Amino acid sequence: MLIHHELTTHVLADIKFDPGAFVDQFWQNTVDGLSQGSIYALVALGYTLVYGVLKLINFAHSEVFIYGAYATWFTFYGLGFRPGSTPDLPVFELIGFLLLALVVSMLVSGGTAVVLERVAYRPLRKRGAPRLAFLITAIGASFVLQQILFLTRGGNAERSIRLMKPEAQFTIFGAEITNVTLIIIIASVVLMVFADVFVNRTKFGRGIRAVAQDPDTATLMGVNKERIIILTFLIGGLLAGAAAFFYMIKNPQGASYQGGFILGIKAFTAAVLGGIGNLRGALLGGILLGLVENYGQAFFGGNWRDVVAFVLLVLILMFRPTGILGESLGKARV
Amino acid sequence: MQKARLSRVIVLAAVGAVALGACSARNESDSGGDTPPQSQAAAPAQASNAANPAGDGKAQCAPTSIAYAGTINGNNAALGQNILYGVDLAVTQHNKANPGCQVKLEKFETEGTPDKAPGIVTQIANTNSIIGVVGLPFSGESKAAGNIFNDKGLVQLTPSATNPTLSQNGWKTFFRGLGNDNTQGPAAAQFITQELKADKVCVVRDDSEYGTGLADAITKALGEKATCQQTVKTKQIDFAAVVNDIKSKSPQAIFYSGYYQEAAPLAQQLSDAGVDAKFVGPDGVKDDEFVKGAGDAAAKAYFTCPCVPADQFTDFSTAYKAASGKDPGTYSPEGYDLATILLKGIDAGKKDRASLLDFVKTYDGQGLTKHFKWDDKGELAKTTVWTYKVEGGKIVRNTEIK
Amino acid sequence: MTEGTKTAVGKRRPLGEWWNNLSRVQQWGVLIPLVALVYLLPVLNPPILSTEPGYDFPIAMFEVARYALVAIGLNVVVGQAGLLDLGYIGFFAIGAYVAALFTSPDSSLSKLPFLVVLPIAMVVTMIFGVILGTPTLRLRGDYLAIVTLGFGEIVRLLADNIDPLRGNRGFQEVGHPPGTNADGSSLFNNTNGIPWYWLCVTIIILILFLVGNLERSRVGRAWVAIRDDEDAAEIMGVPTFKFKIWAFAGGAAIGGLSGALYAGQLGFVNNQKFDVVTSMLFLAAVILGGSGNKVGVLVGAIVVAYVPLRFLVIADYKYLIFGLALIILMIFRPGGLLGARQRLLTYGRQAYQRLLGKGEQISSDGAMVTDEPERSH
Repeated sequence: MLIHHELTTHVLADIKFDPGAFVDQFWQNTVDGLSQGSIYALVALGYTLVYGVLKLINFAHSEVFIYGAYATWFTFYGLGFRPGSTPDLPVFELIGFLLLALVVSMLVSGGTAVVLERVAYRPLRKRGAPRLAFLITAIGASFVLQQILFLTRGGNAERSIRLMKPEAQFTIFGAEITNVTLIIIIASVVLMVFADVFVNRTKFGRGIRAVAQDPDTATLMGVNKERIIILTFLIGGLLAGAAAFFYMIKNPQGASYQGGFILGIKAFTAAVLGGIGNLRGALLGGILLGLVENYGQAFFGGNWRDVVAFVLLVLILMFRPTGILGESLGKARV
Repeated sequence: MQKARLSRVIVLAAVGAVALGACSARNESDSGGDTPPQSQAAAPAQASNAANPAGDGKAQCAPTSIAYAGTINGNNAALGQNILYGVDLAVTQHNKANPGCQVKLEKFETEGTPDKAPGIVTQIANTNSIIGVVGLPFSGESKAAGNIFNDKGLVQLTPSATNPTLSQNGWKTFFRGLGNDNTQGPAAAQFITQELKADKVCVVRDDSEYGTGLADAITKALGEKATCQQTVKTKQIDFAAVVNDIKSKSPQAIFYSGYYQEAAPLAQQLSDAGVDAKFVGPDGVKDDEFVKGAGDAAAKAYFTCPCVPADQFTDFSTAYKAASGKDPGTYSPEGYDLATILLKGIDAGKKDRASLLDFVKTYDGQGLTKHFKWDDKGELAKTTVWTYKVEGGKIVRNTEIK
Repeated sequence: MTEGTKTAVGKRRPLGEWWNNLSRVQQWGVLIPLVALVYLLPVLNPPILSTEPGYDFPIAMFEVARYALVAIGLNVVVGQAGLLDLGYIGFFAIGAYVAALFTSPDSSLSKLPFLVVLPIAMVVTMIFGVILGTPTLRLRGDYLAIVTLGFGEIVRLLADNIDPLRGNRGFQEVGHPPGTNADGSSLFNNTNGIPWYWLCVTIIILILFLVGNLERSRVGRAWVAIRDDEDAAEIMGVPTFKFKIWAFAGGAAIGGLSGALYAGQLGFVNNQKFDVVTSMLFLAAVILGGSGNKVGVLVGAIVVAYVPLRFLVIADYKYLIFGLALIILMIFRPGGLLGARQRLLTYGRQAYQRLLGKGEQISSDGAMVTDEPERSH
């Protein structure tokens, strides 16, 4: 017998099966899952929009996201705040600073996404490159964006700067709702509604859906395809920037050059879970993933959170690659 | 302040927010207010016979090299830099005083990781001009690369790797310039239970060689008082699950067995969650970077460390600050002491690895921090453990654990 | 096809044509001295090629050889069967951990000799390849890429989480092949790269023979068919799924082998080096050189592994440089430095000889140039 008995028992011992913790912390995990899931959902929108329009997994979207996180950090830094103690700001001032950081992050991420499209993807489109080439370019771009951060800011995460402490505002079913959670959930919902209305109700949105459904026909019908593509990247980037801002007020020490990677993969999982290319699918997928991950963490132990997410990814792709709500931005109208 | 305020005003106008007058109400909350007053032990005075790298200024030797190997810009870089500057200072002082004997200090970056270190150490071991090494600050990398030093007969003086098992591998080249975690663990347990009067202690360990070894040592020493155990991973930043678990156990003290990189966000998140247990970290956490990273939460933190406070080593501190622009940190004097021992050997005419190794093996002398004389395993006979606390945003000495 | 590609192909043609016009015997006549030179490289330590004093040359050469082995393995999956595998590092990690578990004193398993562990590592990774491949290989293109990426991460996270795998602490004194030097110290140790290099090069040559023959067999033709058009292949009666599993498992086994060699040479395994970034570097080696072309991927591996060691100044920038290289390459030369060749496989030599009176022609059509069919659901 080559495999020692000890090994197998150890492996099992490292996974805790704790239905008790799952039940006890159910509501807290629901709340945490919703706020984490909102972040996933906003990033997932970027994956889904680009996929819908270009049939491209924008692998570098995680870097678009993390540039937003750095933007938040630098905004706080530029405002004169330093790592260390949390300042005691008057409410209006606090709201002003937070709004500013949100706007800056969105602009930086949106800008990064647009530059990415112009520099990396557009030349490929012009040459009619195969899809695999797009994916490899995306990987290369992801490398490059990551390394720029690494070479300028170093391998360690930026020290946390916070403008406010998470403080419990009230409790629901014993779950503490903090000010940070409130901001994230409320602001995300506003942004999601905004994105949904934009894509489903406006002229630009109609353009996006038209290109997603049939690029050639859309062009014939007078849609400027290139402009729609840029717009898609821009919206995806703006939403990722907003998500990055929420991520930073939730994890103030989260600005590290590799910090976007895992979150990006998870957001992609969320997009696939809901049905990639489907806007509302991405929202649903993000929230679901946030919840499942947090429940899984209570059940199996904190170290297994990421494993739960990745196993979910593999399982969905195996058994229902079209996701819950089905693919395609053009067709799904819910 | 005026300028910063102005820019803030402009910024506010830009986002259309109001309440400018409230600016003045802003107030950086001061830290260190709520630590109970405790008697601070006097720092040890500088021994009059401490070895001085300058020597008598008449040393003659062929140009030769010693090396520092460890983290410089990688993980937990501050801990490595403290040592590097100490070593650098000793070499500079030596070379300045001894024009006839110029020793070159070569610096090697291991990033502090056990997977990177063996390649770098191989590189050092295959560079024949290097005859002695101060380094491998961390236990994990020391364990991974120690046998390479041993194979090549290259003397390795570690200023900070404290895992006890390192001296039990039969490596003839391994010398530890401080006490190991079999000393620090029980000492920390004694400090937590007797001085901090905690009966319920949560031991949180990371997954490094150092963290796991030290956690085992303190858990054993705490006995029944170690009421909960938690594990975190290297480079983890979100500790929600660990914090929730700790909170539900309501311990009176938390001992974090690992490095500052993870300790800082953990301490902050514990504090945010309203866990008011005393946070105690070992030498791997004792760095200004922890204080900066943990913010307000650091004010309640204590540290244990087998390192000696440098407060009274005024000559050393002044020279160190002049050279590096910073105050000496954890293990700076230890790095200085160990480099001095190698330099003494070179001054005494040891010019190859074997003779320098012999020199260190039989060395018996006073340094800044302690008396250096190693047993056959490379451990020092007499070591001390000090505790430190945070005052006014700085780490200051607290007491010596006896 | 772009202008740049055309001229590059034009320049390359004489050498390739010359080579293909040689008879087998003549080809051997060129190859044998070349191989001998490759073996002698670390001993000769030629001044311009040498990575010293920055990096020990024999160890650098072992690194290069290790990357070459990885690239050959990954090329089976990516280049020959056209399955984009972003989680190859997972197989590499499994190989390294199998070697560590069976040889390191830190592990609680029974100890085995290193040379016995190498095939075990291959078999275990192969099993993992089948386990991963069976459910996922029904997916196409980019979905497959993401699933494999997820798999790579799961392997790394398991190494983090499962206590007997010792997390960051890792396993030290991983075993090595037998043999001692004159002074009684072991021949294979972690300060002398030469024996390791020789071992690795020998393995590479064996694998190249194996893969080369496989390529010209029914399996190889099936892979090319799948790579170029999976639906057409299926319709033409190629059991695509079966052959994809073969490619996946075969590639995995080579990955496991190189992981085990890596563990042996370094003498240490922990959870820090199996991240996705390294996986991407492996992929960069394959794509840079020209996926689908054995010689190409060797060149790619040499570029990816050797250049940063030779010019240590750029070592910090290597990911940046290779990232940029991927972007630029996809725009101007999607087939890589030496693209895959479209050619007759089984009786290629005779056929070309009869038809043209000379060796095969090179047309630079490969996986990267042919349009992938749209995914259908």
